Amino acid sequence: MSAMLLAQAAVNTATQVTTGEAVAFWVLGPLALAGGLGMIFARNAVHSALFLVLTMLSLGVIYLVQQAPFLGFVQIIVYTGAIMMLFLFVLMLVGRDSSDSVVEVLRGQRLWAGVLGVGLAVLIVTAVARALTDVRSVGLAEPNANAGNVKSIGKSLFDEYVFPFELTSALLITAAVGAMVLGYVDRHQRGRKTQKELVEARFRGEHDRPSPLPGPGVFATSNSVATPALLPDGSVAEESLSRLIDATASEKLDQERKAVAGTLPGPDARALAPGKEDRS
Amino acid sequence: MTRAQLLADDPLWLILIKAVVLLLLGAVATMAMIILERKIVARMQHRPGPNRVGPNGWFQSIADAIKLPFKEQIIPETADRKVYFLAPIMSTIPAFLAFSVIPFGPEVSIFGERTVLQLVDLPVGVLVVLACSSMGVYGIVLAGWSSGSPYPLLGGLRSAAQVISYEIAMGLSIVAVILYSGSLSTGDIVDAQSRGWYGVLLIPSFAIYFISMIGETNRAPFDLPEAESELVGGFHTEYSSMKFALFFLAEYVNMVIVSAFCTTLFLGGYMAPWPISLIGDNYFNTGWWPLLWFFGKTWLFLFVFIWLRGTLPRLRYDQFMRLGWKVLVPANLVWIMAVVTLRVLRQENDIPAGVFITIGAVVLALLVGLSLLLPDREVQPDNQVPVTGSGYPVPPLDLVVPNKEDLKPRVRRRREKAAVGAGADKESDQ
Repeated sequence: MSAMLLAQAAVNTATQVTTGEAVAFWVLGPLALAGGLGMIFARNAVHSALFLVLTMLSLGVIYLVQQAPFLGFVQIIVYTGAIMMLFLFVLMLVGRDSSDSVVEVLRGQRLWAGVLGVGLAVLIVTAVARALTDVRSVGLAEPNANAGNVKSIGKSLFDEYVFPFELTSALLITAAVGAMVLGYVDRHQRGRKTQKELVEARFRGEHDRPSPLPGPGVFATSNSVATPALLPDGSVAEESLSRLIDATASEKLDQERKAVAGTLPGPDARALAPGKEDRS
Repeated sequence: MTRAQLLADDPLWLILIKAVVLLLLGAVATMAMIILERKIVARMQHRPGPNRVGPNGWFQSIADAIKLPFKEQIIPETADRKVYFLAPIMSTIPAFLAFSVIPFGPEVSIFGERTVLQLVDLPVGVLVVLACSSMGVYGIVLAGWSSGSPYPLLGGLRSAAQVISYEIAMGLSIVAVILYSGSLSTGDIVDAQSRGWYGVLLIPSFAIYFISMIGETNRAPFDLPEAESELVGGFHTEYSSMKFALFFLAEYVNMVIVSAFCTTLFLGGYMAPWPISLIGDNYFNTGWWPLLWFFGKTWLFLFVFIWLRGTLPRLRYDQFMRLGWKVLVPANLVWIMAVVTLRVLRQENDIPAGVFITIGAVVLALLVGLSLLLPDREVQPDNQVPVTGSGYPVPPLDLVVPNKEDLKPRVRRRREKAAVGAGADKESDQ
């Protein structure tokens, strides 16, 4: 991508480049490149996504500089605002602590990736080489002057390219609807259970327990959600703690510290289920 | 000279002045909005509100603005520090950026230089505002994620889903305006309203924009991302000091932006309202006067924001999403189709406006009449315990107390029927 940009800049230098445009390019080009590299090398998935956002924003501004304001802002709205946001959404739902799996699911993945990568590199290099020698930049001055940037785009989109345009939108809608149908098929088949059916299912033993989970402990000394409730015999009711809370990193660290120091509590003589504490 | 030419002619010092004024405008409007909100909501709830700092407590915002940056800042240990720092910046900058395309007034003279009260008039000005709001979501999402605790994450996700959903309704409601004005430039849209405000001509678009602008800014009754009873403070729970102040600033500047944008699109921007526009050959629409009308209209919207907050309870999340996707978006699409059809018919057949109004009235009357014909939803008394007027359950009327002697299948069947009537579960008769 950035290689192509460089090529374009080179072509423009061959014709004419204003100082402003050159400055904008030499600021935005490296930024876009840094974003691309950062996306590949960042360890955290969300950081990768953010680097990609940087690249997309730089590209959007480059479009603006090159007399294509509509394209520039649509790039920002659609790619940065909508698509990357959905990516971020998924990444967050997956969880911030989940790391990449090193197990390769596809066989021969690396080989194929290498072959295709080299192919792509060849394609890009030839395209850039051709752009540097044969293609002359026309510029947008003429279409922008006639009816304005937006109107010209609208005209060519809905006159000349109306069929491909509609075809693309039909394809996208089909894909979206298909994804929704596949994603929701389970719920549609079962239907939502009524409250009564849920109660019956609970008492039939289809759920973990018939009652809701107990709340955290409320004592004179503490009423934090991190304080476990006590059972009538004085033992700790583990279910009263939210799983989210004791899954936080600091909690784990605390456990490890205790384990190293050897101060982990031993089996509780009064606990109803012996050895339950050890499990966490 | 056209608007764009006037603006392109601006010397550097004038552009700098305008940019600084816009920056200050956001900050000052935020402080004014906070104190006004507290005062107005207090009045609506029959209590005095802030009354300590300055005369009648009117300087409370200034005191808060000085205090907030000096508070201790607490960064959670589980926070992703870089993103945690980035998030408030990413939510504040786009909010201020959107001010640049809002036209505050017509041609004026500043220190002898003819110019327009607007920083820049892009041919795609409307898209700039949309792009800024879509970039602002990043601040919210990243704040929720980087805080490293469950409540902010949930708040951030909710908020992002909400803003994206309502942005669609918002974008669609702008389409009708663009169709009528024939331009994406905010200045041209204002100029095109000299013959009639789009808020009147395109009432459905206006209504949908108004609803979605409240959803977009996460304000009551759509303030689910920061529902105190569910999520503590939402995405900014873990933020304190200046970073929290930046989120606050972004939220209020966003409110000012959507209100100013709404004024521009639907209420004729800086143009004088109707009876005043008749005085002295529209004298009050020249020079610096339009600034007054513009801010008057904008503050009207801001007042409605406060009013709604003081009046309406919060919606449930699924109700809110249903409103956005199943009501606002389809209604908007139907309305756009209607507008397009009307325009094509008018342009090609040259039918007078009266005919359209009559047809529209007839269609509306038909729709209302048909909606009255719809039958009421039947309440199905299935498997319910029969109750008397007092609300106490009573035994079913056909309940037969069986005799032990003739306990035969026939009677048993009848008893089962009664039991089903009394609300027993379905498993028993299978």
